Amino acid sequence: MKKILGTAVLAGTVISGAAWAQDVTLNIESWRNDDIAVWQDTLIPAFEAANPGIKVTFSPTAPADYNAVLNSKLDAGSAGDLITCRPFDASLELYDKGQLADLTSLASMANFSDVAKSAWQTDDGAATFCVPMASVIHGFLYNADAFAELGIEPPATEAEFYAALDKIKADGTYVPMAMGTVDQWEAATMGYQNIGPNYWKGEEGRKALIEGTQKLTDEPWVAPFTQLAKWKDYLGDGFEAQTYPDSQNLFTLGRAAVYPTGSWEIGVFNPQVSFKMGAFSPPVQNAGDECYISDHTDIALGMNAKTAHPEEAKKLLEWVGSPEFATLYANALPGFFSLNSTPVEMEDPVAREFVSWREKCKPTIRSTYQILSRGTPNLENETWNASANVIRGTETPEAAAQRLQEGLASWYEPQKAK
Amino acid sequence: MARRPAIRWHIAVFLAPAVLVYSAIMILPLFSTLNLSLFTATDGGTAFVGLQNFRTLFGDPRWSSAFWNALGNNLWFFAVHMLVQNPIGILLAALLSQPALRFSAFYRTAIFIPTILSFVVVGFIWKLILSPLWGIAPDLLDMVGLKSLFAPWLGREEYALTTLALISVWQFVGIPMMLIYAALLSIPDDIIEAAEMDGITGWSQFWRIKLPLILPAIGIISILTFVGNFNAFDLIYVSQGALAGPNFATDILGTFLYRTFFGFQLQLGDPHMGATIATAMFGIILIGVCSYLFLIQRRLRRYQF
Repeated sequence: MKKILGTAVLAGTVISGAAWAQDVTLNIESWRNDDIAVWQDTLIPAFEAANPGIKVTFSPTAPADYNAVLNSKLDAGSAGDLITCRPFDASLELYDKGQLADLTSLASMANFSDVAKSAWQTDDGAATFCVPMASVIHGFLYNADAFAELGIEPPATEAEFYAALDKIKADGTYVPMAMGTVDQWEAATMGYQNIGPNYWKGEEGRKALIEGTQKLTDEPWVAPFTQLAKWKDYLGDGFEAQTYPDSQNLFTLGRAAVYPTGSWEIGVFNPQVSFKMGAFSPPVQNAGDECYISDHTDIALGMNAKTAHPEEAKKLLEWVGSPEFATLYANALPGFFSLNSTPVEMEDPVAREFVSWREKCKPTIRSTYQILSRGTPNLENETWNASANVIRGTETPEAAAQRLQEGLASWYEPQKAK
Repeated sequence: MARRPAIRWHIAVFLAPAVLVYSAIMILPLFSTLNLSLFTATDGGTAFVGLQNFRTLFGDPRWSSAFWNALGNNLWFFAVHMLVQNPIGILLAALLSQPALRFSAFYRTAIFIPTILSFVVVGFIWKLILSPLWGIAPDLLDMVGLKSLFAPWLGREEYALTTLALISVWQFVGIPMMLIYAALLSIPDDIIEAAEMDGITGWSQFWRIKLPLILPAIGIISILTFVGNFNAFDLIYVSQGALAGPNFATDILGTFLYRTFFGFQLQLGDPHMGATIATAMFGIILIGVCSYLFLIQRRLRRYQF
């Protein structure tokens, strides 16, 4: 009996295998479960229509679990054919372990600048292992109705920024700025990394830090902390226990006037807000100063080195690197900006405002992401803690910078005291 | 010549399932964790380093300060449970066991229910209650004119850990209550009657007659609290995240272990240091439990009824 059953199952498998033989199915691993609809309704149909015989399934995991789940799937050999790549070390490690394929020879790689590819390259830039998909830009969202009501113009300089906040505070209708410190990452990502590039001069400062010619205790790296320390007075009551979703709601409900953030919120906020939303870039120190923005390379697509269908997977990757994909993706997800060198026409006005800064300001990426967070203590995680402490006023900007520098110098060779 | 007793196979056979299952899911992982802590990751493999990881954990100023901070917080977390949860549990049990109390079954159930809730639910509910933006705690305090007492407790270094410990007390006070309640019910009526004959009633009866009889139960509760608190993780993780903010004020051994073992954000996980911390936790719990068993448990008087 058992034997018959076994044979039947085997036969069934063979038959269904044969039925599927003409179609190759590609699985995409991702942490972007917010994007399921975009992939299923827009991207996959567009690709499948152009490439008959290839079926694509998008199977995301919860963001917080993604790295762990992906690593165990790759180790076990059960991961999908295409892997959504986190920037820098998380993906580099997969490439070094031979789990991500080298995609340097892909034709569509020519569509991307070196900065765009930097997050998914080996340190020497010799091999690229993921096709860049999108970056996110930091800045400030504001309630344009509230600004009009109070007669405030979007600020361009530090002085105007604080004048605007003072005016909102004096009026009392709105909480000047929505930010909490309990989750810590807002303080670091939407605070320090948002305004910082204007002080450390973007790539110039970031590279100097990596080379060891600048220290975190130098003025350009302490100044953003000094600014954050001033923010305390403009945050809502009990901001110490305010979470990230609290801040989002505070802004979308129209109770806060300014929200330091990143472009990824645009798509989330658009359906929620009942007021006109605007955006301004991080204010510069003095009028006329060169401005810098954090245009952080955030998401890319790579190929599982052990995929059974490398040819089909490469076809999909070529398409992901094409201008056609860039247009579809950037419009379906306002706030995730294509890294493609071909300019993309976008419809969302706030997203267009964000992307317009690329023309007037110099872009950089988050200072702690490349190389500097490889050791213990981890600079990125320490920065979360330090930024939150500085905003709460429990650590001075100088002490915080000193602590970060000591932590970095404890393991990072170029920063070790000479 | 004495006949050798036959080998009693049935003992081994009956023990086998429990021994096998327990070994496979408890003993083996425990030893593989201990083993893991003796190695370190090198390029493309692992290398045996002996006790080097422990030297790092206790010798490196960063690791050791994080470890002692977590241990200190953990001790405070435990102290709050011992000083608040268990006395309240005993008090509630004493009240519930009063025959004159009406609706005691309702109270018993109501107080026990939070225990069966998930940590996620408890953490989320309390975060909402205590939220300075939408929470009902500021409004409730306002109604009685004590608004000035409200602070964003979960966001302040000096209050956050105590607040979380009290939330945990709220959740788990039902367990000591139930155990003590059962112990109180098991005291034979004739002993109580004899006490009443001798004129010992009310509180004096509780202190002199009942309390000595439930001491073994209190001992068991203390040890359960100890083990539970030193393995705690969920509540802190759910409400404060893996970085156990503000400024690591709520970092306990469980969150420290999690952060190290699995990594966090850009920090990649380090299973070897993680296993080292796990081993240290195991040692702490082992010492705690053993000292209880050998120093206290053996001196507790037991009464046969």
